[in-house]
Amino acid sequence: MSTNDLLALLPIILLCGASVIAMLLVAVKRNHRVMHAFTVAAFIVALLALFRQPDTMPYVIAPLFVVDKFALFNTGLILAAGLSVLLLSYNYFEQREERKEEYYILLLLATVGGLVLLSSRHFISLFLGLETMSISLYGLIAYLRTRERSDEAGIKYLLLAALSSAFLLFGMALVYAESGTMDFVGIGQYLKGVNEAPVAVVAGFGLMLIGVGFKLGIVPFHMWAPDIYEGAPLPVAAYIATVSKGSMLVLLMRFYRDVNGYDYTILWWVFAIIAMASMFVGNWLALMQRNVKRLLAYSSISHMGYILIAFLAGQEAGQEAVMFYLVAYVITSIGAFGVLALLSDSLNDAEMLEDFSGLFWRQPWLAAIFTAMLLSLAGIPLTAGFIGKFYVVAAGVSSGLWLLLALLVVNSVIGLFYYIRLVAVMFQPLESVPVRKRLPFFGVFALSALMLLLLWLGIYPSVLIAMIRDMMLSMG
Amino acid sequence: MILLAFILFPLIGAFLAWASAAVHASLPRWVALLVMLAGLILAAGIWIQPEPASIAGADWRYVYHQPWMPRFGISLSLAMDGLSLLMIVLTFFLGALAVLVSWDEIQDRTGFYFFNLLFVLGGIAGVFLVMDLFLFYFFWEVMLIPMYFLIGIWGHGHRLYAALKFFLFTQAGGLLMLLSILGLYFVHGASTGVYTFSYAELLQTPMAQSTGRWLMLGFMAAFLVKLPAFPFHTWLPDAHTEAPTAGSVILAGLLLKTGAYGILRFVLPLFPEASHAFGEWFMLMGAIGILYGGQLAYAQTDFKRLVAYTSVSHMGFVLVGAFAFNELAYQGVVMQMITHGISTGALFMIAGVLYERLHTRELEKMGGLWAALPGLGTITMVFVMASLGLPGLGNFIAEFLILAGSWQAYPWIAVLAAIGLVVATVYSLRIMQKVFFGISLKEFKLKDMSLREAVMLLPLVIVIIWLGLFPQRVIDTAAKGAPSVAFQNKDK
Repeated sequence: MSTNDLLALLPIILLCGASVIAMLLVAVKRNHRVMHAFTVAAFIVALLALFRQPDTMPYVIAPLFVVDKFALFNTGLILAAGLSVLLLSYNYFEQREERKEEYYILLLLATVGGLVLLSSRHFISLFLGLETMSISLYGLIAYLRTRERSDEAGIKYLLLAALSSAFLLFGMALVYAESGTMDFVGIGQYLKGVNEAPVAVVAGFGLMLIGVGFKLGIVPFHMWAPDIYEGAPLPVAAYIATVSKGSMLVLLMRFYRDVNGYDYTILWWVFAIIAMASMFVGNWLALMQRNVKRLLAYSSISHMGYILIAFLAGQEAGQEAVMFYLVAYVITSIGAFGVLALLSDSLNDAEMLEDFSGLFWRQPWLAAIFTAMLLSLAGIPLTAGFIGKFYVVAAGVSSGLWLLLALLVVNSVIGLFYYIRLVAVMFQPLESVPVRKRLPFFGVFALSALMLLLLWLGIYPSVLIAMIRDMMLSMG
Repeated sequence: MILLAFILFPLIGAFLAWASAAVHASLPRWVALLVMLAGLILAAGIWIQPEPASIAGADWRYVYHQPWMPRFGISLSLAMDGLSLLMIVLTFFLGALAVLVSWDEIQDRTGFYFFNLLFVLGGIAGVFLVMDLFLFYFFWEVMLIPMYFLIGIWGHGHRLYAALKFFLFTQAGGLLMLLSILGLYFVHGASTGVYTFSYAELLQTPMAQSTGRWLMLGFMAAFLVKLPAFPFHTWLPDAHTEAPTAGSVILAGLLLKTGAYGILRFVLPLFPEASHAFGEWFMLMGAIGILYGGQLAYAQTDFKRLVAYTSVSHMGFVLVGAFAFNELAYQGVVMQMITHGISTGALFMIAGVLYERLHTRELEKMGGLWAALPGLGTITMVFVMASLGLPGLGNFIAEFLILAGSWQAYPWIAVLAAIGLVVATVYSLRIMQKVFFGISLKEFKLKDMSLREAVMLLPLVIVIIWLGLFPQRVIDTAAKGAPSVAFQNKDK
């Protein structure tokens, strides 16, 4: 390995090293504060490492990795998301009596897995990244062992994730058996060479889709999402919603492009049906929820449906739209879960609608942040979600996906209904004079930063758009 | 720059008002009032000035242009012609009154209340000024959320239901409009190679007949809901009735006008062919609205609900006039937009004044109030007469022009619409009878208008009479607008 190879993979290497040191730190002395500070520092250093990259882009580290602007941008996104989750975690876990330190090791490892996915160009690195992330997530989801629903959530995720990994592996095996390569680009070349893709390859793609669909939480592979969001600690739920889904989406985009997925009508239709089903099932079930965690779980299913529309639109505009929407989605999801985490006390998570009643008069700042996040999810102007939705619709119109767009409009209205209902709950008058809870500084800081970012992207998105365009153009 | 001020005044004022609540609970009122008066003076100043030479061949008095998102060809592009100028004057005039209306009515959370009030007004001012379709949609949506809060937090009994219904209806229409805006954007880009949301550029978009019609219907979906036209009007009675008085005034006086403005500014000039093709149907829709709204208004027992249905009826005239495609009807539509804003706004204020005294909106529980409230009764009489179209008051001019104009286009629809005037007479007089005449159910000991109430109602009386006697000033100003130019071309 050359120096440049190491430089290109620096963020991953740094986080790997950090997790080892973190383990040693726990062995020496358990101290939550030190551990938290160390992990935060590790994430910041990894973020800084992004600026020190080899000059030639894309930089291929054969056979497993490719580091291009696309990977770098998303590495930044995932690291920033992880960092925000971290900032929200400290207070949440400090209130709870379980041992807290291993949480940070698992979070570091899961992020390593995510980062590997972002720059992988080979089945092996794909699977390694995916499993590193999944296995850490089993631990993270069931981390608060004493609570009733966390075991259930952990076991459920373990079984389903293992099952979906099996599908994914089998799919990869089938594709490899026919094409003789596990390289994404190699598979693409093989498919160009044959007139019609053999049945085994098509079946392989189908099986892989199950594995990918599970991680993305799209219908019909979405069953796990609400239970796991409900049972997992709140920061972990935010992490799954953003880092886990986001890195899988990025991988899907890369794989799809390398194998020229847009040439296959049948694949297109499969994704179109999945997109429609995700929008409707997600929104429809979200309507029924009184539990905000489950509501957010279903709403994130429907948002994946919206993203798939942009994904299906293809071309430049579609890919840009996916990336912009993903950024907006990451910000809003972490923001929304973050508000829940800050409101939770040592016994219960703030999750039922009633917990939010009159929040605006109890915690005006938190309520304002939550309102901004919800309005962004609903796609209301002045927020990033609006520009994201606009981008998706623009991409759809440019590719003439009228049916999908009409369904998107219907679903936006359904979505609006439950987001606004939640907002209305927060503005209900209070019966009694509230006792103000003191809020942790770092949590409020992280959430305020997220809200400012949300508004900034909603009012002046040109900078991010230019960045995404530049990155997409560089990929050719 | 001056155009930007009209939008930024209320938006910055909104944050100031919210912040000032921390100092003293009554400070937001003063902030809001000052902001609105400043805007009003600025707008009136422009109106009084002699007309400057037109800019860029069109009738723009002022233009402002600043790139915003070059990736999509979106720019912060504002312009003002006669039509926008009139609407801006109306916005700040009714806005200032809305602040006065809320003076005593709103006692809790004044900071957040005036924040929302000013934010709505800022959004409305934006809608009337922008010349970029993306930005138009942007402001179109910006109006919604604060209005939702105004109804949902400070409204009456069924406020949450009403607020949600209002929100969902307008949002659904708005999203369809967004699809159409984007469709137009790509059609234009495909045929000319220039991808832009600029109104001036999109005006001359060549497109297939069917494409144009679909896109036009998308725009109309938003505007018909907002107007509102039968059968998309069902959100209106709920929203108007449950909103606080200022909310009703803004809804009836300004928000509905954004729909009418959208038709005049965007639908007719952008889709001349499709507008002519569907014109007859929209006129018929308007005529049905006039009659249906009038009939329902007559059946109401709730004062505000009654006035709300008269809005449906009066805005039907706007739809009839807009699609009659001639100068006369166009002038009538602009007059109607202004006079309806004034007269209905006034009626909602009167409803608010009565509610403060009687704590009811039920007509059955009122009656014989003239003895107790002669001053208020006289003013109500003026606006009831305006509402039924008495000559000498503004509404008469508006409705007469619309009828005369639409007679030239489709006589039968004009006949239907004219029947609406009879219905209007019936429901309007019923207000007077039920509230101020008849026997009083109990001895009311009520204070007549306070100084503040007189200050907010008398200007409205003066304006509605002025509009009735000297409408030429408004008609001249409105004559310099995009749609009127379109009509002239067509007639020749």
